[in-house]
Amino acid sequence: MEGMLMYKIILAVIVFAVTLGAAAYMTWGERKLASWFQDRIGPNRAGPMGLLQPIADGLKMIFKEEMIPTHSNKWLFILGPSFFMLTACLTGAVIPWGSGFNSDGIVYPMQIADINIGLLYLLGVVSIGVYGIMIGGWSSNNKFALLGALRASSQMISYEVAMGLALIALVMMTGTLSLGEIAQQQDAGYANVVYQPLGFLIFIICAFAETNRAPFDLPESESELVGGYHTEYSSMKLGFFLFAEYINMFISSAVMATLYFGGYNFPFQHELGLEGNTLVILQTSALFIKILIFIFVFMWIRWTLPRFRYDQLMNLGWKVLLPLAIANIFITGLVMFFTGKLS
Amino acid sequence: MLNLTNRSKVVVPTELTLMERLYLPAILKGMFITLSHLFKRKATVKYPEQQRPIASVYRGQHVLKRDDAGAERCTACGLCAVACPAEAITMEAAERKKGEENLYREEKYAATYEINMLRCIFCGLCEEACPKEAIFLTDRIVPSSFTRGEEVFGKDKLVESLQERVDVTKRQTQEVLAFKQNKKHKHNQTIQDKLIR
Repeated sequence: MEGMLMYKIILAVIVFAVTLGAAAYMTWGERKLASWFQDRIGPNRAGPMGLLQPIADGLKMIFKEEMIPTHSNKWLFILGPSFFMLTACLTGAVIPWGSGFNSDGIVYPMQIADINIGLLYLLGVVSIGVYGIMIGGWSSNNKFALLGALRASSQMISYEVAMGLALIALVMMTGTLSLGEIAQQQDAGYANVVYQPLGFLIFIICAFAETNRAPFDLPESESELVGGYHTEYSSMKLGFFLFAEYINMFISSAVMATLYFGGYNFPFQHELGLEGNTLVILQTSALFIKILIFIFVFMWIRWTLPRFRYDQLMNLGWKVLLPLAIANIFITGLVMFFTGKLS
Repeated sequence: MLNLTNRSKVVVPTELTLMERLYLPAILKGMFITLSHLFKRKATVKYPEQQRPIASVYRGQHVLKRDDAGAERCTACGLCAVACPAEAITMEAAERKKGEENLYREEKYAATYEINMLRCIFCGLCEEACPKEAIFLTDRIVPSSFTRGEEVFGKDKLVESLQERVDVTKRQTQEVLAFKQNKKHKHNQTIQDKLIR
């Protein structure tokens, strides 16, 4: 028991570090990809291939002058980015990073907390995430920031509905809310995306909206809102907001990989004839490859599609995705009823 | 209605088909366009290491030439300042003292000569106006600086050093060169020429 607790703490620290490291290098990846998409070469001065760029960016952020607007609510102003960062990091706890490796007969699962309501926890944390933006934008006492925060909160709340309903169809199919179990179930059959293509489509669109990424980056639209909710932020507080966005992206990629693309499982994994722990390492790498592909898709979409207009965004959320998600639940139910999967 | 050109087209809004209203095919098409750009040749020039070829008559930072004996050619006539459309050139004239013949070619010289590089548009009219073949634009790029004051170049930066002469042959046409070589004109005579006579 004692050993398990120590293991969990170490795992939590590792997941935290990996998440932060991945997010840092995603900023590099984003800049590189952005420039490649635009026929440029991107950062190439700091270190080989510009690989030290995230460190340089971080240092720059730290050494920038800290500004807190006079008429802002100081404590809320500081709370905003902290909260956003906190909620971004919370989600990593329920994601199964691998099946669990064996040591002296004890199985150590590669998941910090396999709670039986993992999906619910996920949705809960995601919806708290909006508070960081809301508090930050509101306490800045700036019209642009307030508008950005308003946009962010209404957008995130609208898309959470469709997201939750898309997940309900998945839950109906898998019969569990535990992410660990969902990942495990996909070992035997196909990945869930085969059964839930529409659900996945709705989920990925909502994930773009939830993480405030293009084409749904209205809350921070630089061209209209001067940066949106983080207009008044400077130094590392701004850094936290931007950084948390990348953490969100990483986590939602992990969630998509786990829920719809087989999690840590990869095709023909049992035919390789590998013994336990080597397979676990391979599985974790497979998960990370899936995450990287999703991150690439995130960035690919960002540099392809222009931003939505706000009414278009709301129309898409309420008039298209929500009915589609409900129809998806209905169809899933019908199929389950007629195939006799309903117990 | 009067048509100014015959290029105008009447736009008829058509109902979108179901495939078009889905948007997904269009999005995928767009995504493959951007994807194809990943593998295209990059347009970037890695500047300090890699430089684009510049024209042989490139107009960059000015130089105030000395003659072959090393005396400054400029006589502070002010024609360059008058010719300058950006009004970037200012100067103060001074009279040459005895014993300074090796420093200045003519009896009058520019005590101060300043070009504001922030105003200069590098048109080359100063060069054209100069009767003494004293000012030339070179292929050197004006370095950047932290203050505006540093961008006002004085004689210390403009006059070529005796050790490192600046080659301006690319900006001197044959006619000008021939004119300069002609010792019949008094302004082309150096101290040595005058001494010989």
